[in-house]
Amino acid sequence: MSASLEKGIHALKEVIDAPIASYFESCVHCGLCAEACLFYTETGDPKYTPIHKLEPLRRVYEQEYTLLGRLKKVVGLSKPVTDAELDQWQELVYDSCTMCGRCSLVCPVGNDIVYMVRKFREGMAVSGHVPDGIRSATKRTVELGGPMGLKWPAVANVLKHVEENTGLKIPVDQAGADYLVLLSSMEIVNYPEYIEALAKIFHKAGISFTLASDAYEATNAGIQIGSSDLAKVIVSRIVDAAEKLKVKNVLSPECGHAYMAIRWEGPNLVGRPFGFNVVHVLELLDELRLKGVLKMKDKLKDPLILHDPCQIVRRGGVLQAPEPLIQQVAENYIPIADKQKLNWCCGGGGGASAIHTEEAEALRAKAFKIKKRQIEEAGVDTMVTFCANCRITIEEGFDHYEMNTKLLGLTELLAEHLED
Amino acid sequence: MNDLQFLTWTRGPGLDIAVGIFLLGVLWRLIEIYTLGRKKDLAAPRHAAGASGLHTVFRRSLPPPGMLKRSPVSYVGGYIFHIWLAIIVFLGAPHILLIENLVGLSWPALPSQFIGLTAVVTMATMVVMLADRINKPVKRFLSTFEDWFTWTVTFLPVLTGWMATQHLLLPYTQMLALHILSAEILLVVLPFSKLFHGFTLFGSRWYNGRVNAHKGVPV
Repeated sequence: MSASLEKGIHALKEVIDAPIASYFESCVHCGLCAEACLFYTETGDPKYTPIHKLEPLRRVYEQEYTLLGRLKKVVGLSKPVTDAELDQWQELVYDSCTMCGRCSLVCPVGNDIVYMVRKFREGMAVSGHVPDGIRSATKRTVELGGPMGLKWPAVANVLKHVEENTGLKIPVDQAGADYLVLLSSMEIVNYPEYIEALAKIFHKAGISFTLASDAYEATNAGIQIGSSDLAKVIVSRIVDAAEKLKVKNVLSPECGHAYMAIRWEGPNLVGRPFGFNVVHVLELLDELRLKGVLKMKDKLKDPLILHDPCQIVRRGGVLQAPEPLIQQVAENYIPIADKQKLNWCCGGGGGASAIHTEEAEALRAKAFKIKKRQIEEAGVDTMVTFCANCRITIEEGFDHYEMNTKLLGLTELLAEHLED
Repeated sequence: MNDLQFLTWTRGPGLDIAVGIFLLGVLWRLIEIYTLGRKKDLAAPRHAAGASGLHTVFRRSLPPPGMLKRSPVSYVGGYIFHIWLAIIVFLGAPHILLIENLVGLSWPALPSQFIGLTAVVTMATMVVMLADRINKPVKRFLSTFEDWFTWTVTFLPVLTGWMATQHLLLPYTQMLALHILSAEILLVVLPFSKLFHGFTLFGSRWYNGRVNAHKGVPV
């Protein structure tokens, strides 16, 4: 056994807990989880059945933690997990799993499959079976500050443009602000309008905010790769900055995995509860809407549907804010059948969008057919979402299928129609 | 060993051994699984109506929206099989007598003709579900020896029980002994196979419900 494999198996043994044991013992091989997974529904290939993606972890559990499994191991009747097998599983655990968690919502015996995938990735990361795309994004985040290699001077430059475009000051490193605003690289590079939108809304609402020059990146590739050690390093930057600046709240950007990283995994990674609140931007916007601060000068007339990002809604718990907010700004919002916590993933979450092999891209395009169908069935030309990573993936999907659908970001849409 | 001796063995020492292995097995497995524990979630919880471990224990008994259409045999077959089998086990007169002998509790039974019909429906459902397992690519792909084996050890007690009451194929004494033996095999196999989901599914649903309720998501 190679040293890395040994470490990987050890990591898997470490992550196995009572829920995982209970889940594996409960599985009856009914295959219903496949029906909830877009990689199965859009390809018809049974290997994408969610519970199958965990087979090596299941065997480690059986061989290490059950009496029968240990007996089988002693007499040589069990099949050990090998490097070759984990290598083969890389596609199943990363390329074809976005950790969207839809499988966990339908399993009749109650298995939280995505909980297990997240844990399984710990072993995959330690044993070196991680796609290059996510590995390098993680490396850039740890060494440079963000997954796209952005450094502060570049961010400061973008902020300068935002100030010029909005005529509003963007405070940096200001202690005692109400909100420490976090961003994702994707927003800084591709959707700086998001920052403009925030500045306008904060100004209108009279809320103080700041950015931190040493903690602006909210995404956490360490979580996507499955390395809690690296994830902790990344999340600690935010915690340190928030505590140093003594802010009351940390504002997660639209980006879904960023929200998951800071809101739900963050305190568990650093090993203590936070002394500040973590708020998703939509939660804040909905609060402002309820206070009557978020008044619109007009509404968008185009019929449109909403794409609920998995990590914010189904897995993040921001269930109630998106619909009232879209209704606030859109006259013809059409609720789709599988909405809110039942929504289908864009196909690019969980680090998948960072994998740029030909196979992974082809698979993503196939998986995107479900979004295409949702748009076509609703008969709309506009879709609104609130996650920068979903936006990139969806735009790639539109390009691939040569669709003329317009994709809008919810926060920007609200800012655009905000009463002057 | 003649038929009567065989029957006497299955009703005496055989039953004791099977019930003993079943009880100790269940206890052992529950300890093995649930003493692994889990880490406390340090993130500040969000509260939402309908989100808790207990909600999910009940909610998962119904298909989530859209799922019934995607796999009707799994749901309809699953309901019929589990409910009808429970009726046979707990409302068949000889079974109530056995339970009364073991633990002293008893309740009214359903007429034997009805139980016979229930057994036929249960077996027909099991055959349909087996066909679905063979036909459906995902189920076939996931299936291992254990799936076929546990189907067989579940089917045999129903088949032999029905055949004994209908006086088919073998003399009653012999068939009854085979029925009891097959039920004993089922008891022995249950804690150490996927049949154990009958115990762990409550824990699994609770954990899933609890973990997601912490984030304010009713699952």
